[in-house]
Amino acid sequence: MRWRVIIPGIVLIALVGVLGYGLTRDPHTLPSVLVGHPAPPFDLPTLDNPQHTIGVDAMKGRVALVNVWASWCVACRSEVSVIAELSQRTGVPVLGLDYKDDRDEAHRWLRRFGDPYARIAFDAKGQTGIDWGISGVPETFVLDRHGIIRDKVVGPVTDETMNDRLIPLIEKLRAEGG
Amino acid sequence: MRWTIVAATLLLVVLASGVSSAAPDDALTPAQSARYHELAAQFRCVVCQNRSIAASDAPLAADLREIVARQIREGRTDRQIKAYLVARYGDWVLYDPPFKFGTLLLWLGPFILLLIGLGLIVSLTRRRARSDRDSAADETSLDRDRLAALLAEPDDTPRDTHNSRARR
Repeated sequence: MRWRVIIPGIVLIALVGVLGYGLTRDPHTLPSVLVGHPAPPFDLPTLDNPQHTIGVDAMKGRVALVNVWASWCVACRSEVSVIAELSQRTGVPVLGLDYKDDRDEAHRWLRRFGDPYARIAFDAKGQTGIDWGISGVPETFVLDRHGIIRDKVVGPVTDETMNDRLIPLIEKLRAEGG
Repeated sequence: MRWTIVAATLLLVVLASGVSSAAPDDALTPAQSARYHELAAQFRCVVCQNRSIAASDAPLAADLREIVARQIREGRTDRQIKAYLVARYGDWVLYDPPFKFGTLLLWLGPFILLLIGLGLIVSLTRRRARSDRDSAADETSLDRDRLAALLAEPDDTPRDTHNSRARR
């Protein structure tokens, strides 16, 4: 008789636990399969000059960030100042990947919201974005000095993500390779 | 009312023409095109999640369709195209994920739950049947006791009205 109360109670608590845990997870965040793999190479025109091209290998040899952004991306506006602070505090260069954008709009946007990028690659058709497995903008990749993707932030980098996740990782990567 | 219907029809026409004019399989042979449609229906759109890239209007799904069509044009096999997308978006992107260790729970979970449920039903009905039988046995013995008590009573107890009326 007592079990009739206890067992449904346990089942209920377990169910609430599982569902509650589910609520804390964002279903739009896909598992990052590229983490631990080499960054997909590309050869794209730069935003500043369509005649010049840039690849991800420009960042090789040092810990670097790749930040996917676009002038039409609203979340990028708040993120760009965090990216700038992160780059300033750690000295890590940021390669911008301007995703499916318009050159003039992009330049206007950088003047208005700030430009934390060392270089910017211009991915007009978004094919490089897919090659990098992005599901939206912004996304930020942390590359080690061998060009391996070590972490990926989907959505805007917040102060919290920067302080608790990215800065410790960058310091660890710096300490790793001599 | 009529206006909304007209507007909706116009919207549909515009949307349909927009979709058909941008079909990425235009440059494919009929056989390639068939492969393209079959493949596109097997990949899950990564932003809308519950539609295939063939069914989704999301820009990213359109780009993925473009990539599938381009890779078919370049002569890559279905297996290679799947491997390309899985390497970037994980098994998640497949509507028919492979059966392997990482997807064990995904594949077997429903059956395990079904077995647990069946086991629960069987054990509960068994227990109930047993307790029903027990209580039924209790009741018959109770009736027998009452009957014996009634029979043992002396005959001069007053009859109730129903019985006396029936006798009259």
